[in-house]
Amino acid sequence: MKPATGGAPRPTDALGTPLLTRRQRSLLAFTSLFVTLGLWWLASASGWVDKILLPSPREVLTAFHASAADGSLMRNVVASLRRVLEGFAAALIVAVPLGVAMGASRIVHGVVDPLLELLRPIPPIAVIPLAILWFGIDELSKVFIIAYGAFFPILVNTLAGFREVERVQVRAAQALGANRYQVFRDVVLRSAFPFIIIGARLGMSMAFIVLVAAELIASSAGLGFMISDARYNFRTDQMFLGMACIGVLGFALNTLLLKLERSLLKWKPQ
Amino acid sequence: MTLTTIITAPARRDSAPGVAVRALTVNYGAHAALENVSLAVRDGEFVCLLGPSGCGKTTLLNAIGGFVRANAGDVLVDGAVVTGPGADRGMVFQEYALFPWFSIEQNVQYGPRLRRVAKAALREISDRYLKLVHLEENKRRYPSQLSGGQRQRVAIARALANQPKILLMDEPFGALDAMTRESLQEELLQIWEAERRTCIFVTHSIGEAVFLADTIVIMAARPGRIGAVVENRLPRPRDRTADAYFAMYREIDGLLRAAHGPASAPGQTP
Repeated sequence: MKPATGGAPRPTDALGTPLLTRRQRSLLAFTSLFVTLGLWWLASASGWVDKILLPSPREVLTAFHASAADGSLMRNVVASLRRVLEGFAAALIVAVPLGVAMGASRIVHGVVDPLLELLRPIPPIAVIPLAILWFGIDELSKVFIIAYGAFFPILVNTLAGFREVERVQVRAAQALGANRYQVFRDVVLRSAFPFIIIGARLGMSMAFIVLVAAELIASSAGLGFMISDARYNFRTDQMFLGMACIGVLGFALNTLLLKLERSLLKWKPQ
Repeated sequence: MTLTTIITAPARRDSAPGVAVRALTVNYGAHAALENVSLAVRDGEFVCLLGPSGCGKTTLLNAIGGFVRANAGDVLVDGAVVTGPGADRGMVFQEYALFPWFSIEQNVQYGPRLRRVAKAALREISDRYLKLVHLEENKRRYPSQLSGGQRQRVAIARALANQPKILLMDEPFGALDAMTRESLQEELLQIWEAERRTCIFVTHSIGEAVFLADTIVIMAARPGRIGAVVENRLPRPRDRTADAYFAMYREIDGLLRAAHGPASAPGQTP
């Protein structure tokens, strides 16, 4: 047996299993994608599955080209993205300051918390009929439902952040001369910040989940509309395309937020 | 030659510079953490509060720091009653309590920055104190990138950079390995001899108290109280291998056992 020579030992996880290198990980990711695509292609090309129920990858690609060419895909993507971003922004603008106020004041917390606990179990889909009555069937009701869905993950995580504040750090700041406001700004908010970012990411993924449900009501554009419209025309290729677009958009926005999180939280250990 | 003098009744020097604890009682519910404790600390003195856990030594330190409310009695610093934490009393905690979101340099500058010290002067302060603890190379790094010993050095630099009259240290080296602990004790003494700041240091290690202190305050539990106050006349610089050091160690060990009764005395090695 040859003795191991040269190089640092490979990093392992807690069980001692070696971690994969970046290259190995991307190799596995590509393999998994291609094998899945291959199986999909095989299933529809060989006729195992009815082509109408499961269109081939090629047909979905054709649908992509067609809807990209006539501009309908772009219109639907923009409509959905706009609703998601508007709803998400509205949720962020309300939930973060509310969470901060609840973290800063026991009285605010005591007043708002029971209401939250009552509202939180109500799923966004249950709010749809009410949203239609209140805000009509136009944009506002859709944005409202998305905002409602994104609101709770953001708020709940913001509140969790305030519970993570370490007393010894508060005391350290006080012993260095910090007043109440400075302790809040430099210790409490800073400790809660990573949780607020996690809440924002969860809120964003919730916004996408709610998006399709919101777009099932009287829409004339959007990826959810595209999918439900395709059902009436038996266009499974377009349904697949719509779902793929939602997947790619959600993935892209999540990656963007992760990047933002890493650059804002450089101080965190890996 | 006797190396120690046991002082039974602490002198009252209420308006003199230094710290005066006067008939202090602190209760946590029904539990008397401290009962009728009086203590005087001279300006520039190095005092160790020594005792097993539960004897109230940390409570006494926190009362001087202004973090604990007294049920009776009070604490004077330079003749003024302590009503809360303040920049005149710097704290160093066992848990380091660095601000992980600030760089090493920003941690050290935190106190002076609260007092709106100009930017150039801030850099000068942090450079000077980081040099003092041999960490000037690490000023741009974050606490999570440092070892335990390095973090505690930063915490000491952060406390000193704020120019406190008194340095309060709560088992600062308790979480470190023995060798790091000894070298930090030596560094601390060098700094103390150069700056001559009053230092109140909580420990449960007899060796640490014998090596560091001018005065060793031996505390007893249930209720928390002062058992004996011993003047440590070992000449400085102190030698951990000298016979006089071991003689002092034995004497303190005997007093600690006497204060707690033979059954509950902590068994320790130098």
